[in-house]
Amino acid sequence: MIPVAITVNGKVRKAHVEPRTLLVHFLREHLNLTGTHVGCDTSQCGACTVLVDGKSAKSCTIFAVQADGSSVTTIEGLAPEGKLHPVQQGFWEEHGLQCGYCTPGMIMSAVNLLQDNPSPNEKQIRDGISGNFCRCTGYQHIVNAIQHAAKHGGGKAVR
Amino acid sequence: MATATPVLPKLIGERIKRREDPRLIQGLGTYVDDIKVTGMLHLAFKRCDIAHGKITKIDTSAAEKMDGVEAIYTGADIAKVLAPMPIGTPFPSPPHHAVAVDVVRYAGEPVAVVVASDRYLARDAADAIVVSYDPLPVVVDPEKAMEGKPGVIHKDFPNNLAVALVPSGTGVAPDFSKIDNTAVDKAFADAEVVISQRMVNHRLVPNAMEPRGVLAHWEPGKETMTIWSSTQNPHILKTMIAAMNGLGQHQVRAIAPEVGGGFGAKINIYAEEYVCSVISKKLGMPIKWIEDRSEAFVATTHGRDIIGYVDIAARKDGKVLGLKMRLIADIGAYNMLLTAAIPTLTMLMANGTYDIPAIRTTLTEVFTNKTPTDAYRGAGRPEATYFVERAMDMLARELKMDPAELRRRNFIKSNQFPYQTQMGAVYDSGDYEKTLDVALKAANWTGLIAERDKARKEGRLVGLGLAFYVEVCGLGPSSSLPTGGWEHGQVTIERDGRITATTGASPHGQGNETTFAQMLADQFSVPFEHVTILHGDTGIVKQGIGTFGSRSQAVAGTALHLAGVKVKKKMAQFAAAMLEASEDDIVFEDGMVGVKGAPAKSKPFAAIAGYAYVPVPLPQGMEPGLSDEAFFEPANNTYPFGCHISMLEIDRETGEPTLLKLIAVDDAGNLINPLIVEGQIHGGLAQGIGQAMIEEAVYNDEGQLMTGSFMDYAMPRASDFPRFELSATVTPTPCNPFGAKGVGEAGTLGSTPCIVSAAVDALSPLGVKHIDMMLRPEKLWRIIQGGRA
Repeated sequence: MIPVAITVNGKVRKAHVEPRTLLVHFLREHLNLTGTHVGCDTSQCGACTVLVDGKSAKSCTIFAVQADGSSVTTIEGLAPEGKLHPVQQGFWEEHGLQCGYCTPGMIMSAVNLLQDNPSPNEKQIRDGISGNFCRCTGYQHIVNAIQHAAKHGGGKAVR
Repeated sequence: MATATPVLPKLIGERIKRREDPRLIQGLGTYVDDIKVTGMLHLAFKRCDIAHGKITKIDTSAAEKMDGVEAIYTGADIAKVLAPMPIGTPFPSPPHHAVAVDVVRYAGEPVAVVVASDRYLARDAADAIVVSYDPLPVVVDPEKAMEGKPGVIHKDFPNNLAVALVPSGTGVAPDFSKIDNTAVDKAFADAEVVISQRMVNHRLVPNAMEPRGVLAHWEPGKETMTIWSSTQNPHILKTMIAAMNGLGQHQVRAIAPEVGGGFGAKINIYAEEYVCSVISKKLGMPIKWIEDRSEAFVATTHGRDIIGYVDIAARKDGKVLGLKMRLIADIGAYNMLLTAAIPTLTMLMANGTYDIPAIRTTLTEVFTNKTPTDAYRGAGRPEATYFVERAMDMLARELKMDPAELRRRNFIKSNQFPYQTQMGAVYDSGDYEKTLDVALKAANWTGLIAERDKARKEGRLVGLGLAFYVEVCGLGPSSSLPTGGWEHGQVTIERDGRITATTGASPHGQGNETTFAQMLADQFSVPFEHVTILHGDTGIVKQGIGTFGSRSQAVAGTALHLAGVKVKKKMAQFAAAMLEASEDDIVFEDGMVGVKGAPAKSKPFAAIAGYAYVPVPLPQGMEPGLSDEAFFEPANNTYPFGCHISMLEIDRETGEPTLLKLIAVDDAGNLINPLIVEGQIHGGLAQGIGQAMIEEAVYNDEGQLMTGSFMDYAMPRASDFPRFELSATVTPTPCNPFGAKGVGEAGTLGSTPCIVSAAVDALSPLGVKHIDMMLRPEKLWRIIQGGRA
C-alpha cells in the first residue's frame, strides 16, 4: 500500500492505496465521490473526466499514486456553494443530457474547453468534446449547452 | 378505440426544463454502482474466450487460494440452484443456463463465478481460473447455418433454425393453416418492372453509456430479496427473480435506480441478475456485479442483424403492385426475453407507409455462435423501414422518377385511416403527404437537387437521400405482449396538497419526471413544482410493465391521467361538501378549488386536501383520503411517422463519406414537451446515422467479436454530425386522450435508409444501385476505383 495525498475539491485527502488503484476508483470507492462515472475500460468514453491541476483528464487513465500531490476537481466540486457553474446551467437550460451518465465527464471536458477557448465556434465545440461519448442526445443539445455556457461566463477558472 | 376530450394546453406542449437535471449535472444521481450495502461482496464472471466448445476442465484451485475469495461456482454448481432461463416469447427455445454447463456457445458466455471481498480481487480470481475446451465447429454465417453448416449449435434445433420459415401477409391465414399466393403471384406477373436486391441490416452493439450492474440483497431474517439493477423494467425483473428463486412476488423488491441509458438492451432479464440473486440467497450476503465495457460488448444483447431478400413489383407509372421480403435473422447463440419477437415486427411493418395490395414476407431465425440479439432502439421497425425504403429508392432510380414523387404515388391516403395493412396492423392515423410536403419544403428539395447537380458537374460525389417511415409504438395491448401490455399509474393528493404520483414506466433518460408532472399539473391546475413523479421501485410503484417500445407517454401517461380523473372526481366531492355546492359546479383553477360563478367561495387546493384527510364532518357515503390508481390497456398501438432527408458527400480520393445535411420531419402526434421530444429525435438520428455510416459489430470466422471495445467499435462522436434540422407535423392519435403517439425510437427509422440512399445517389454516376451498410471508406473507395462493393 502506498500513501497518497491528493487535494480533491479543495480538501487534502490522505489514504493508502494499492499501486494499481485507478484515480477514478480512488474518487468513487475511497472518497464516495460517485459523480465521476466509469463508462469503458479503454479510455475512450470520457465519462470519468475530471480536472487534474486545472486540466481535463480521464481519471480511469491515471493511477491514484500518479495523482499524489495534485489538485483534482470532480463534478461535485464544480458548484461548491450550490450555485451552478455556467456549464452546468447551460446543460440544464438546453436539455444537454438525458440519462445523465456521460454528463459529469462531458461537463468537465466542456469546462476545460471553455477555459482554453471562451468563445468557441460550433466546430471547435464538436471537436473539443470528441473525447466524450454520449449515446442519448446526438450531441446537438450538448453543443447548444456549451454555447449557452460560453455566453454566460463559462470560461471562468475553476479553482 | 377510446376517444377522450383533449386536455387543455397549459404546461402541456411547453418546453419545460427537466427536473431530473439538477441532480444529474451535479453528480448527485445514484446509479447501481453508486450504491453500497454493508457487508457487500463483489462478483465477477469467468467468461469463455472461444465461440463454441465442450468444457473439459475448470481448474479453480489457484483462485480458491486467493485471500479474500469467498466462493467460486461453476455452471454445474449454479445449475443446482437455478433452472435454465425462461424467454418471453411463445417460440420453442433450447435450454439456456445462466452459467454454461458442459458446452459454451458464444465467446463471452459465463463459465464460472467468483465472489470476493473486493472488486479488483474478484477479477483477479476470475482471471486465475483455467478452463479447458474441446473446440466445436463455429457457426458464424447465418445462411450457411441454415443448412447446418459447419455444425449444429443446439441438438434439438436441426439446421440451427430457431424459427423455421414463418410466412405472413396477403393470403396467409392467421394460424398459417392456409397460404394463398394468388394475389402476390399476380402482382409480380402484372408488373412492368421488378427490382430484386439482397440487403444486409447488420449487427450493432447498443452501448448504453452505463454498462449493466446488479446488487442483490437477500435478507434472511425478513426472507426478502431486494435487487437493484440497471434495467428498463423493474416489474418484469421482480416477477422473474421471484419465479427463478422460488419466491412469492411479495418477497421481491426490484429497484431501477438512476439508469444510464438502455436502448432496448436493458429490457432482457439477464443471467447476471439471476446469478447475483441466487448467490445472495445462498450466502445471505449482498452481492454486487458491475459490468466492464469489454464485458458489455459480449454479454449484453446486440441488435439488428437481419438479411432481407427484397423484391418489389411495380408499373412504369410508379404504382407498386407487390412486395416480397424473405427475412433471415441471425439471433446469436440463444433466445433471450424478446429475441424471437423482434423480427416479427419487421414483418408487421414491411409495407411501411405504402398502400401495397399484395405482400408476402417470410421469416427464418437462425442460431449462430454469437452474442444473442434482442431489442435495440427501433427493434424490428428500422429493419422494415430500411428494406422497403431502399427498395423504393431503387425503384425510383430504375424508373428515373423523383424518389419523393414515387412515394407520394404509393402513400396510404389520409382518408384511408384507420388503415388495415396486409400485414395485420391497423394504422391509427396519418397524413403522409402533408409531412412529405413539409419535409420537401424544409429541406428545399429542389434547391438541394440543383446543389447536388452543380457539385456533380464539378466532379464531386454528392448525393441526396429521402426516406419515409412509419413506426408501431405505444406497445401495446396485452394480446401483443406476454408481460401484459397495460401500464399502471397511481395519483395521491398528499395532506398538504402536494401531488405524488407513481408510474410503471421506468425512465432512463426519457424525462418522465418532467413530462408526467406537466400533465398532472395541468389536470389539477396546480403548480408544476407541486407534482412529484416516482418510478423504478416495485416497493413504491405497485404495478407496472416498463419503458420500451416508445410506450411511456401513450400508455403510462394515459394510466396516470386516468388515475388523476378518479382522484379529481373524489376531490370535487369533498370540495362540494366543504363549499356547499354541487359537485358538477366545482372548478379547479390556478391552485384553487372553487364554485362556478361564485369566486368568493374558492379555497386553496391544499385546504380541500386537508379536509379530505381530516373529514369533519365526513360527507355521507365517502371514504377519507385522496388516492387512486388506474391500469390503462390501449385498444391499439400508435403509428407515428416521418420523413428524413440527407445530403452526403464522398471524398473521391479516400472514399470517406461526410454527412452534410440531415433534415427530419417527425409526426409523433401531440407533444407534451417539444424540448424533450427533440432530444429523443436527435438521439435516435445519431444511432440511425451511426448504423449507416460507422457502427458495425464484426465477427471473424472463429466467432470472435473483432469490434469488442470502443477502440474498435466506432461510437458516434459530436464531430461526426452536422446540425440536425428538425420540424414536425401533428397528426394526433385517437388511441389516447393526449393524442400522443410516441417518439423514442423514431429517429433511427428514416435516417439509416436515407443516408444509404444518399451514398448510392452520390455513386450513381458510377452505375451503383445499392451498397450494403455501413459506409466504410475502404468499401466506397473500392467502388470508386472500379472494384466491387
